[in-house]
Amino acid sequence: MIRFRYIIISISCSLILSGISTAVERFPPPDFESDYQQPTMTIPPPRQSFYEYIDAAVLLAALSLSSYLVLKRRSRRAIFVLMVFSLLYFGFWRKGCICPIGAGQNIVLSIFDRDYAVPIVVVVFFLLPLVFTLFFGRTFCAAVCPLGVIQDFVLLKPVSVPNWLESGLRLFAYLYLGMAVLFAATGSAFIICRYDPFVSFFRLSGNFNILVLGACFLVVGLFIGRPYCRFVCPYGVILRQLSRLSKWHVTITPDECVKCRLCEDSCPFGAIRQPTANWPTNVYSIAKKRLAFLIILLPVLIFLGGWLGTGLKSVTSRMHATVRLAERVYLEETGKVEGTTDASTAFRATGTDAKELYKEASDIRARFGFGGWLLGGFIGLVAGLKLIGLSVQRQRTDYEADRAGCLACGRCFEYCPREHVRLKKAKEVVSQS
Amino acid sequence: MVLLLQKDADWYAKVNVLMAESAEAVRFSRIVPYQRHCRLRKYLQGLIMTENKAVTRRHFLRDGFWGACLAGLGGIVGLVSRKSSAQDTVWQIDPYKCIACGNCATYCVLEESAVKCVHAYAICGYCRICFGFFGQQPFDINEAAENQLCPTGAIKRTFVEDPYYEYTIDESLCIGCGKCVKGCNTFGNGSLFLQVRHDRCLNCNECSIAAACPSGAYKRVPADKPYIIKRVDHA
Repeated sequence: MIRFRYIIISISCSLILSGISTAVERFPPPDFESDYQQPTMTIPPPRQSFYEYIDAAVLLAALSLSSYLVLKRRSRRAIFVLMVFSLLYFGFWRKGCICPIGAGQNIVLSIFDRDYAVPIVVVVFFLLPLVFTLFFGRTFCAAVCPLGVIQDFVLLKPVSVPNWLESGLRLFAYLYLGMAVLFAATGSAFIICRYDPFVSFFRLSGNFNILVLGACFLVVGLFIGRPYCRFVCPYGVILRQLSRLSKWHVTITPDECVKCRLCEDSCPFGAIRQPTANWPTNVYSIAKKRLAFLIILLPVLIFLGGWLGTGLKSVTSRMHATVRLAERVYLEETGKVEGTTDASTAFRATGTDAKELYKEASDIRARFGFGGWLLGGFIGLVAGLKLIGLSVQRQRTDYEADRAGCLACGRCFEYCPREHVRLKKAKEVVSQS
Repeated sequence: MVLLLQKDADWYAKVNVLMAESAEAVRFSRIVPYQRHCRLRKYLQGLIMTENKAVTRRHFLRDGFWGACLAGLGGIVGLVSRKSSAQDTVWQIDPYKCIACGNCATYCVLEESAVKCVHAYAICGYCRICFGFFGQQPFDINEAAENQLCPTGAIKRTFVEDPYYEYTIDESLCIGCGKCVKGCNTFGNGSLFLQVRHDRCLNCNECSIAAACPSGAYKRVPADKPYIIKRVDHA
C-alpha cells in the first residue's frame, strides 16, 4: 500500500500548497512490467540562425541596389521591380518581423534593461538603413521598406497636402517615436509592432482591429501618398533628419535645372521645393521679429510639454503590466471592485506581498514621470522647431527635392526634360544660355 | 540663422553674375556644349565656396553634424554590442509560471495558435483516471467524446498495462487552450504543459500572447535553447 500512502501525502501537500501547482509528483511514474517504451517529446527547432544572417545580407543588397537605382541609374521602372521584390521578400516571405522600424525598440530596451541582450541581426537591421540614409538619402523608404511599398502601390489619385498641414500632422510621428522609446525603455510594450497596420496583410491573419486600421491606411493611401510614412512612421522621422545631412541625394534633374516647371506637380508626397524669390524688405523685417518671438517661445514650449508629459504619468504608466496589476490588486484589496482577474489570481498564487507590488508599481510610475518630462520636452522642442522652420524661408534658385521629405521613389525623373536628353530620348536643344 | 540666409542670398547673386559672364564666354563659340557649361558652373561654384566664408562655415557645420551622426550611430553600436548576442531570441512559456488561462488559444496572430500542449512523459503518472483527459466530473470512465475535457479531442488515451494508460497529444488537433494543463496541474503531476512550437511560431517582435499573458509567463529565450521542459527534479 505504498502507493496509497503516497497519494495521501501528496494530496495533503497539495492542500497546503493550494493554488497554482507546478510539477508536483502526486502519482509517481510507474515501473512498467511490459516492455513499454516511453515516447520522447518532439521539439521542432526554431528558424535557423543563419537565415537571419541571410536576411541581413539581403537587406544590405537591397539597400545598395536601391541607392544605385535611385542615384545612378535613375530609373523608376527598375526601382519598381525592386519594390515588388522587397514587398514579397521582407513582407510576405519574412512576414514582417524583424523590421528596421521596430528594431529600434529592441535597441532601446537593451540599453535600459540589464537582462535583455539584443541579437546582432536586430542591431544590423536597425543601423543599416540609417547608415545608408546618411550617405544616399532615404533609399530605404524608396524600395526596401515593405510598409512603404504596399502604400506606394495603392496610390492612384494623389491629392496634395498643404505644407503647414503636413508639418503639423507629422508632429504625431514624433510623438509616436517618443512614446515608442518611453514604453520600450520602461519595458512596457513595443507599440510600433503592436500597432503596425500592414503586418497583418503580410501574414494574412491577425487582430481584426489592426486589419481594419491597415485597410483604413490603404484607403486613405489611394489619395494621400504614403500616409503612414509621412505622418506616422517613427523611423521615418529619424531618417528625415539623417537625410538632411546625406552626402549624396536624389536630384530631380540629372545635371541642371532649366526651371521649366514640368516637375512641379510630379511629386505625390509634396517633396519638391520651388525656387524662391528674394524677400521684400518689409516682409523680411516682419519675419525677423516673428523668428525672434518663436525662439523665445521655444523653451516655454519645451517646459509646457515636459509638464504635460509628467502630469500624464498615471495614464501612460498603465501601459506597464505591473502597474495595471497593482492597480487591480489595490481595488480588490480595498473592496472597490468585486471578483478577481486572471492576473490578480496568478499574482496571489505566487504568495508575494501586495505591498511589494505597490512599491514596484510606484517605482515604475516614478520612472514614467521622469520619462514623461523627457518625452514632453522633446515634443515641445519639435513643435517649436517646426514653427521656426515654417517661418524661415530658404533661398533656392532651382527646383529641388526636399532633402528630408523626399522618399526617393523616382517619380519625378521622367518629368525633367534634361532627363530625356540624358537618356537620348530628346535632342539637346539650344540651352538656356 | 537669418544672417546666414542673407549671406546665402549674396552668394547666389554672385553665382548668377559669374554665370552670366561665363554664358557670355560660351556664346562666343556658338555651339553650346551643355555638359561643359554645367561643369563650368560647378567649378565656379566651388571657387566661390572656397572664397566665401559663410558658405564654408555652413558646409563645415553640415559636415560636422554628419560626422556627429555617424559617430552617434557608432556609439549606439558600442553601447548595445557590449552585451548583444550572436544568438537570436525566441518566445517561450515558462511552464512554472503558466496558469493555463486560455489566452494562448485566442491571442496568437496565427489563425491556429503556435502554442500547443506538450507532454513530459517522464513526469506522467499514467493514471487510469487522468484529470487532464476526463476533467473533474466525467460521465463515465471511457474515451467517449462527452467524457473528454479537450474541446477538439486532441488527447489520445491508450491502454499500456493494468492500471496504466498512456496519453499522447495530437498536435494537429491541439489549439493550445490549456484546459488539460489546468486539470493536470491541479489534480495530477503537471506533466501536461503549454509550449510555443517553433515550427509554427512567427517570432513576432511583440508577441501578442505575451502582451495578454496575465502571469508574465512569456519570455525571450536564446534560440539554441528554445524550449523550457518540465523536469522531475523540480518537483
